[in-house]
Formats: sequence, structure tokens, C-alpha cells
Amino acid sequence: MNTIIYTSVLGFFCMIAEIFNFRKLIVPVLVLGLAVIFGLNLNDWNSNQAFFNNMVKVDNFSVAFGGLAIFVTLLVFILSTDFYAEDQNHLSDYMSILTFVLVGALMMFSYANLTMLFLGIETLSIALYVMAGSKRFDVRSNEAGFKYFLMGSFASCFLLFGIALIYGSTGTFDIAKITEYTIQNQQNISPLFYTGMVMVVFAMLFKVSAAPFHFWAPDVYEGSPALVTAYMSTLVKIAAFGAFYKLMSATFFYTSWKAEIILNAAAILTLAVGNLMALAQTNFKRLLAYSGISHAGYLMLIIISAKNQPAGALFYYSLAYSLSTLAAFAIAIPIFKAAGSEEISAFNGLAKKKPLAAAAMSMAMLGLAGIPPFAGFLGKYYIFTEALQSGFFYTTLTAIFASMIGVYYYFKVILAMYGKPANEVEMGNSFNYNLVLWLCIALSLFFGLYPAPILNIF
Amino acid sequence: MNELVEHGNPQNWYLVLSTILFSIGVMGVLFRRNGLIILMCVELMLNSVNLLLVSFSAYSGNTEGQVFVFFIMVVAAAEVAVGLALLVSIYRNLASTDINILSKLKW
Repeated sequence: MNTIIYTSVLGFFCMIAEIFNFRKLIVPVLVLGLAVIFGLNLNDWNSNQAFFNNMVKVDNFSVAFGGLAIFVTLLVFILSTDFYAEDQNHLSDYMSILTFVLVGALMMFSYANLTMLFLGIETLSIALYVMAGSKRFDVRSNEAGFKYFLMGSFASCFLLFGIALIYGSTGTFDIAKITEYTIQNQQNISPLFYTGMVMVVFAMLFKVSAAPFHFWAPDVYEGSPALVTAYMSTLVKIAAFGAFYKLMSATFFYTSWKAEIILNAAAILTLAVGNLMALAQTNFKRLLAYSGISHAGYLMLIIISAKNQPAGALFYYSLAYSLSTLAAFAIAIPIFKAAGSEEISAFNGLAKKKPLAAAAMSMAMLGLAGIPPFAGFLGKYYIFTEALQSGFFYTTLTAIFASMIGVYYYFKVILAMYGKPANEVEMGNSFNYNLVLWLCIALSLFFGLYPAPILNIF
Repeated sequence: MNELVEHGNPQNWYLVLSTILFSIGVMGVLFRRNGLIILMCVELMLNSVNLLLVSFSAYSGNTEGQVFVFFIMVVAAAEVAVGLALLVSIYRNLASTDINILSKLKW
């Protein structure tokens, strides 16, 4: 709870700093402040408190995922100093909006009431609509922002209608009371409840960009500024999956076989669409968008087995995925800037000019593809074993085939760096990018070799 | 539909009305091509949810639903502000609010 309040205070500080001309202070204060909040957040471990009449509940799940979200935000903010170096006029707007995205994410991890779920999702989404369209004079950014806005608010309406129907049948928004209702009335649950649950699940599938509701993701990822894309593909995905997992493990819905069919079909479709469409991409951001969709497919395997598995695998996989993605963006952003293009061809011949950066990029791609010894491999391994233990044989089989396809398109980037002749692009060296890059790679390797402390966290 | 209304309680009328309003909103978002009208349709969907929540809340004598309506109103206002701002910046760049011109990003 304190985490949410302090993070909001940081956001307000950014807005006020502009007035007092403290622009130079914004990023250092944010990074320091987030580091302090990270520590305060860990302090709540095992505390299990409830706030505001059970609206917000701080438990180990919310502390762990909140910690991950704060860590990811910290890394993105370190990248932001160089990314916004030429756009200092709007720095405070950008940074405060990005901080409010984190506030929304933290609310989505600690909700115990559907009201807070809705508010968390909206805080996160509305801030992101603005950031997606934040390059005002770039038509592509406008388009990304407006597309995200239209589809996002459309999905929010479905979420709300679902919540209203659940409220109508159970008479409460409290997750614990809804669970109670479903256990007491197992034989005669009102059809309103099922309709509401299906609508909420559809809205959540949209938010995690699972097929068939994934259409917004590639367009929005491609059109947004690269830093916002990095933020979206890591923090927002983790937040959506954290909230989805919490919803599915708390409500009765998942024990009905009809729900299993919906979620399984969505998982299989997501894996197929994400991986097959990624094969045809030439734009790097779009490639990572489809890669994000296919990773959403793997994470869906945890959602469908949420009833009998703890969240350890979800946490481990989210960590592995966001570390690799951030590392990839930490190399890609300076290259995009130097080349003025976001195609995969911008990486041509990187190995000759910058062997170290090329090696790091290869490691990030291998981590995303799930090759040992990186954390991505063990993450996939644990997800597959959990899904098999829960008896979802065909879905797991699809996921295994999908991850084999995945290796191909990640290697496209590696081939461009090592196999193609170099282009004329000159890129500078930046301490911040390198810091984030090597930190991510080192952590990815570390957790790939010693998974136990993260995996058994719950 | 008839059975639902005849055998049920007056609450069902509200359920039917807000479902109709919600569907009109969905159809509007899916089939209209003007950005402003789509925004209006999203508002219509949100307000149909408000109606539903208030009617459920009045029927069950529980005020939680009415409080939720306030949250939805606030969020809807914020959402419209952001949506209109985005639409204005599109209009400045492209001099149109037709969303069919938004086709730079494909596949």
C-alpha cells in the first residue's frame, strides 16, 4: 500500500519539478526514489495486510510482482536520460506519466476488489495511451496512440459490463466474497455470473494481447517511441498477467470446464498466431511485438493451470522475459537512433563494428528464444512441466512446437549482425545503455544457473 | 426475451435496456468511421454500464454499485480527455478525423 502512495508522490514530484525548474533533478530523484521504494516494498514481505475495507491487499504475490515492476521501471528510467536527451522540454510530462503507469501496475498486483482492478487497469492504460501518442508530429505515433486508445477503451467497456453482471449476480465487488458465493451456490450459479466472467476474461485477454484480441499490439508497439515500446512490452505485460493470474486463481470460474476450453483455445491460438506472424516481420519493434504475443501464449499456459500451481513459474518467466527484452531494447534504441530506421537491417554487420554489442544482442535473443543457460530456457521448462502436470497435453505440445519456430525468427536478428555486410551507421557509446544491458544479461545468466531462489519464492 | 421480462422482476427491464444500449455502442465502434462518433459510442457503452450498476444496486439495496458509478464517471472523463487530445493531434497532422486514413501501420 505504502508502495503505491510513495510512487504516486514521485509522480507528482515530477510534475512540480517542472514549475520550480528542477528539470535536471527529475531522473536522478526518480531513480533514487524508486530504489528506496523497492526496499520499502520488500519490507512488506510476509506482512499480509488489508487496506481500505479490503480494497487493497498486500501479500507476498503483490510484493514480489511489485518489486519486479519497480525494478523494470528503474531500468527503463535509466535508459530515459539518453533517450529524451533532445526533448528536455517535455521531460517532466513524460517521466510523471511513466511513473503513473507504474502506479497502475502496482494497483493491479494488490487489488482485492474489482473496483481496484478496474482503477488499476485504467490508470495504467490511460497513461499509456498518452505515451504511445507522445511523438505529436509523427503520424505513426498518433496512429499508434489512437488505435491503442480506441481498442483499449472498447475492451475496458467489456470489462466493466462483465463486472456489472458479476455484481448483479453476487451482490459484491469483493474477490473473497465472490469466491464464497461461487462455492456456496455451486449447483445454481446464475447465468449472469458466467456471462460476466466471460466478458471480464475477454477484456483481460485483450490486455495481455492474447489472440484473437492481439491486433492492437503490433501496430501500437511499432508506432510508439522505442522507450515506450520497451516499457509496454515488459511492465505492462507483467502487470496484465499478474492481475489475470490473481483473478483466475481467486474466482471459481476456472474450475468450470467451459472456461478451460476458452482459455486453452486462446492459448493455442496465441502461440500459433504470435510465432507464425513473427516469421514474416522485417521491422524490429514489430518482431518484438509478435514475440511478446507468443510469450503471452506461454504465460497463458500458467493461467490455465492456475488452480493447482503456485505463481512461482509465472514470476520466474516474467522476470526472464523482461530481462531479455530490456537487454534487446538497450542495444536497439541507440542503433535505431544512429540508423534512423527501425528495421532489422539496421543491425547489419554490427558484429564487425561493435563485437561486444552484437554478442550481447545475441545473448538477449537466445534468452528470448529459450536457449540454455539463460533464464528463458528454465522458465519455459517449468511452464511446460506445470501445464503437463495439470493435464493440458495438447496445449503444451503446441507450445513446444511454437518455441521451435521461435528460434528461427530470433536467429534472423543474429544472422543480420554476423552474416550481412556492414552499413555506414556510426553509433556512440553510452554508459547508461551499457549499464542496463550488462545488468540484464548478467541477471538473466545468474537466474538461469540458480533458479531456486526465484522459483520457490512463494 | 419475452420470457425473461414476463417471469422475472422489474430488474430485467433494466438489464435488457442496458444490454441494448451497450450493443448500440459496440455496433457504433465497429461500423462508424468517424473518430468523434466512435468516442461517443464508447461513452454510450460506459453509460449503459452505469445504468446497469445503478439498477442492480437499487434492486439489491446495496450501495457499492452506486459508488462504482462515480469511479466510472471519473475514468470516463479522463479517457475522453485523452481521446480528444489524440484526435486533435491527428486532425492537425492529417486534417481529417476519418479513422480509415490511419493505415500507416500494417501487418
